[in-house]
Amino acid sequence: MSVESLFPRLEPLLPSVSKPIQYVGGELNATVKDWDSVAVRWALMYPDAYEVGLPNQGVQILYEILNEQDWILAERTYAVFPDMEAVLREHGISQFTVDAHRPIGAFDVLGVSFSTELGYTNLLTALDLAGIPLHSTDRTDDHPIVLVGGHASFNPEPVADFIDAAVLGDGEEIVLAISDLIREFREEGSPGGRDELLRRLAASGGVYVPKFYDVDYDDAGFIEAIMPNRAGVPERVAKHTLMDLDAWPYPRNPLVPLAETVHERFSVEIFRGCTRGCRFCQAGMITRPVRERSLQGIGKMIDNGLAKTGLDEVGLLSLSSADHSEIGEIATQLADRYDGTNTSLSLPSTRVDAFNITLANEFSRNGRRSGLTFAPEGGSERLRRVINKMVSEDDLIRTVAAAYSHGWRQVKLYFMCGLPTETDEDVMQIGALAKRVIDTGREVSGRKDIRCTVSIGGFVPKPHTPFQWAGQLGHEATDERLRKLRESVQSDKKYGRAIGFRYHDGKPGTVEGLLSRGDRRVGRIIEAVWRDGGRFDGWSEHFSYDRWATMAEQALADEPVDLDWYTTRERGADEILPWDHLDSGLDKDWLWEDWQDALADDPVEIEDCRWTPCFDCGVCPAMDTDIQMGPTGQKLIPLSVV
Amino acid sequence: MTDRGTTLEGTPNPEAPNPQLPIVQKLRLRYAKRGRLRFTSHRDFGRAFERAIRRAGLPIGHSSGFSPHPKISYANAAPTGAASEAEYLEIGLTRVCDPAEVQAALDASLPPGLDIVDVVVAEPGALADLLEASRWSIALPEADVASLQVAAEAFLAAETVTVERMTKRGLRDIDVRGAVVSLTVEAGCETPAVSAVVRTMVPTVRPDDVVGALRAHGAVVAGVPVSTRAAQGPLVDGVVGDPLRT
Repeated sequence: MSVESLFPRLEPLLPSVSKPIQYVGGELNATVKDWDSVAVRWALMYPDAYEVGLPNQGVQILYEILNEQDWILAERTYAVFPDMEAVLREHGISQFTVDAHRPIGAFDVLGVSFSTELGYTNLLTALDLAGIPLHSTDRTDDHPIVLVGGHASFNPEPVADFIDAAVLGDGEEIVLAISDLIREFREEGSPGGRDELLRRLAASGGVYVPKFYDVDYDDAGFIEAIMPNRAGVPERVAKHTLMDLDAWPYPRNPLVPLAETVHERFSVEIFRGCTRGCRFCQAGMITRPVRERSLQGIGKMIDNGLAKTGLDEVGLLSLSSADHSEIGEIATQLADRYDGTNTSLSLPSTRVDAFNITLANEFSRNGRRSGLTFAPEGGSERLRRVINKMVSEDDLIRTVAAAYSHGWRQVKLYFMCGLPTETDEDVMQIGALAKRVIDTGREVSGRKDIRCTVSIGGFVPKPHTPFQWAGQLGHEATDERLRKLRESVQSDKKYGRAIGFRYHDGKPGTVEGLLSRGDRRVGRIIEAVWRDGGRFDGWSEHFSYDRWATMAEQALADEPVDLDWYTTRERGADEILPWDHLDSGLDKDWLWEDWQDALADDPVEIEDCRWTPCFDCGVCPAMDTDIQMGPTGQKLIPLSVV
Repeated sequence: MTDRGTTLEGTPNPEAPNPQLPIVQKLRLRYAKRGRLRFTSHRDFGRAFERAIRRAGLPIGHSSGFSPHPKISYANAAPTGAASEAEYLEIGLTRVCDPAEVQAALDASLPPGLDIVDVVVAEPGALADLLEASRWSIALPEADVASLQVAAEAFLAAETVTVERMTKRGLRDIDVRGAVVSLTVEAGCETPAVSAVVRTMVPTVRPDDVVGALRAHGAVVAGVPVSTRAAQGPLVDGVVGDPLRT
């Protein structure tokens, strides 16, 4: 049974919606396959607007890996803007893929990548537009398996009612394993239908199926137990870890959109994982261990990616790019290779202590010299010890002085507000630091046009981190602390506009906190918010805190818990956390000890296991993995002459 | 990427950061926007074109400075949503190339639907000055042909026909009649259509404005119009010529 394109129905409607190009597909390197030529069909969704979702590496990689198999097809779909949603509803048109404009309900699997929890309401819009029941229990054999991945899937409990399954960790291998399992099941004639397929996925050990686990609560609202309710289903579901990145050089055929997107560059993941041990950082905790791509592997990917996309900027992606064991060689050799081609290189994520001017000069040699960005995260040295991101103020000042004296005029500094044990005084030191940065810059450069932009985000405690037990600072307190900081910076006329201050209010952070550490009861809030019109919660113009607060109150009216219970409450050592049955490899006792080390009067720092002995976080033995890193001592392979 | 703001002139300044090679050849290109890619905006096309140039490996010139920009000069782009067979731009190269080879290489590097139709070496004078008028073919699905014909006659008989449009400078009255050189109703085809020669003016009179003017004169158009720019160039005796091969 073939599935027809919805495009003829969409086309006359496109002139009436904003940015119609985002719905037409036709990107360079996109793949459209014959529906009937394959056995398994995936719709991959990034639950945010096309301009945000298209550059997402995870979706592009899985799209390509799946389409490489001649028996699988994969197409992409993104959240439609509210104006398009209204048009689709008015004309009874389903949520569609942008590749062949097929309705997403026709696919075998709807794979959704959740980088952030604020995309949950957008998933409900897509399901509803496609006529897929919102609740997994209402779905039949005719509906796709709704499968989620991405960092938020390390605690998918708030969306447990809406999804059929979740996958933790790297998706490259598991999507093929799932496809295999579905194909076999079909070939057998789909015995036992949807329930049996889900049972097989769960029994494979690599897929979490929420409905096969019961969660019991005590009278006070705490979780009493999380237990499998089906034979053969594992008690804990483990994350997936891809080893040997050089064997997986994706994206190999990067998508080149016509529409403008948030990242207009070719990105290469130079390593995956991070063991710096910043205690707030979920990404660094759940992606261990570090696995580097080799210098030659990186070189080949960039050569291929630039040739196939025509992009003029290369981003070297990772959680802390200057930490690659051969970053200096990579920078120099790439700058040599692309000399005179107007190709710029960028390091999106750099630690102050791993940065040096030689590196910065190489990165700006062939193209644009953008501002430099550092993330000290904490305003005071004490606080930076608490979060285990130890950068001394003198180090930071030395680095920015070098940058200003080499011609940079603009430095951006990222901080967080609301970190555990933080006081007003810690936050006020952000201002003092920014002033010292400007003073130093003026002194070493002899110029007045030195700028420093201070960007501040509210801290949101995340699952699978040492701070997963922390009480989140309420949004009123966050706003108040930052008001004082802004006042102290702006009242000093000596700095005038030299210090920029970027901060959005704390309310979205509270909702993100609810969704990050929520349990299954939070699903009711998500559904109520969506039914009330909640969409695009990551967008300030669409986000409504009042709606979330009101719906939380209503949805939890009969429960002993409330919004504060999920967000500002500090958790105890013995509390069963909603994600305890989901295994990131991190030893919960180790996480607790690290949490206690953070709270000590003299906070205890831990080093990085890449250059000091193992500190027993538990990941490598639990997941049977190991650190993979250089240096390899290789040289880039010269480009073949055209 | 303003219509007339970018030029390919200017000597590279060796003192500037990232000094660049001088321009030795200027080429003029005609391209088409077809099918679903008619929804690409002018900016979307610009990005796609720059990437196609890099994929094709053409020796495109760049401006000097901290943010080098490729030497591409656009002229009078069609509105988003309108198809076109006759869009024009000019590029500056640092090495002399064969126009036919440039056409083949660029066309192969662009997605199907954005097609390079013609390439010639630039003549002296500004490209934009040659684009005096456009011939638009406007398909009007579910339009009532009789009402179209009556409206067209009334429109042509009038001295001025103004429509309101929101521009960057606010709501403006635009005289559509003054820009329209000729207008005919094509009733023979399956979908009724209007063919109109429209002078290039500021602000631009768009095909949507022509449809709006006809509606104001009683034309009944139920479906969504689809416009295609069939030609653009010098206006000679009411006919739109080819600006690349005068």
